[in-house]
Amino acid sequence: MVALEELRGDENSVAASLADCIARIAVSKDETSFEALFRYFAPRLKSYFMRLGADASAAEEVTQEAMVQVWRNANQFDRSRASASTWIFTIARNLSIDAFRRTRRPSFDPSDPAFIPDGEMLPDLQLERAETEQRVRFVMNSLSPNEKSVLMLSFYENLSHGEIAERLGIPLGTVKSRIRLAFAKIRTALETRQGEEQ
Amino acid sequence: MTIKFHLSDDLLLGYSAGSLDEPSNLLVASHLALCPHCRARNASVDSLGGYMLDSLPEAPVPMAMMSSVLTRIRCESEAPVPPTRSPSTANFLIPEPLRSYVGGDVHDLNWIRMAPRVHQIQINTPNSRSQARLLRFQSGTSVPAHGHRGRELTLVLTGSLCDRDTILFRGDIAETDERTEHQPYAGPDEDCICLAVTDAPLRFKSMFARLLQPLFGI
Repeated sequence: MVALEELRGDENSVAASLADCIARIAVSKDETSFEALFRYFAPRLKSYFMRLGADASAAEEVTQEAMVQVWRNANQFDRSRASASTWIFTIARNLSIDAFRRTRRPSFDPSDPAFIPDGEMLPDLQLERAETEQRVRFVMNSLSPNEKSVLMLSFYENLSHGEIAERLGIPLGTVKSRIRLAFAKIRTALETRQGEEQ
Repeated sequence: MTIKFHLSDDLLLGYSAGSLDEPSNLLVASHLALCPHCRARNASVDSLGGYMLDSLPEAPVPMAMMSSVLTRIRCESEAPVPPTRSPSTANFLIPEPLRSYVGGDVHDLNWIRMAPRVHQIQINTPNSRSQARLLRFQSGTSVPAHGHRGRELTLVLTGSLCDRDTILFRGDIAETDERTEHQPYAGPDEDCICLAVTDAPLRFKSMFARLLQPLFGI
């Protein structure tokens, strides 16, 4: 039984509880876990879809669809590769492209013979995914509100760099440099971590 | 061969956020198929998406929604197990998803001649601002000198493409913008096949090339 209270507390324990819920759905179709996920994610998903331009009822429609996919695909969730929030973000993003954006977002196919597998990955990128994700979150928490707002606008309101510049009343070059800076900080954090281990 | 020229942060962010148009998504996904390095970067950017989903203000959701979703999932039958494809030993030069878009590998395609020693396949992506095409330059061929009205993305698939002081090989990406004027040419050893995505028609420098432009459709 997962009480809603358990989903409060510090970031890491929330993330762990959410991942546990998906795992229980995969193993035993546990509806109580699904309800806990729903209470946490449905209001955020609706908020995400509305930021992409959907009205409330369309956003609720797609939120339901996203939650059904969480249930249906729970056995594809791999907590060593992504957090619950990241996995559900990718589901929501893909649905939003079909529902609102009138375009297609093809993906690579790991079973394609031409696909180059991860075995040839450079050693500095072989950090455990879950750990990488924690580092990314740490850096995001440390960004200035200005840097964060630029990333938020490109993610959640689907704005181009030009539109972000207009919205924030700052030059296009500043938008680009803030994005570059935010990425540089993330990269540095990942590399520093790797350096400590060597 | 190790890939040296990777996706820019901008492209990765756009791919992850879902804000690119189809031709650019196709180019990014085709590079990701060949590049474990950028796949790891792509996963980091996706985790930004997860972070931001967590930090969004919650929009109130009607009470009835949960029960209606519960009703739906109770009707779900077991998800069908996806058929496992027998591993193919075919040696494709064009990775997925691009191979499905053009309808086959390099030797299966009906290449259209654009100019002496230059062939193309136009890729149909409705409702897109930019245009994707597969280009094949016979070894040693040079592209007419041109500038750009917008962005041009190139992913090299076979052979090599020499552009000013850099040489691009399989998997490498070149990104040019309206400031760039260049005259890339295919390396001497084999035909160079690349995927090119242009935001706006190219701006050719010579009058001769400009006259031909409408005929090539580029």
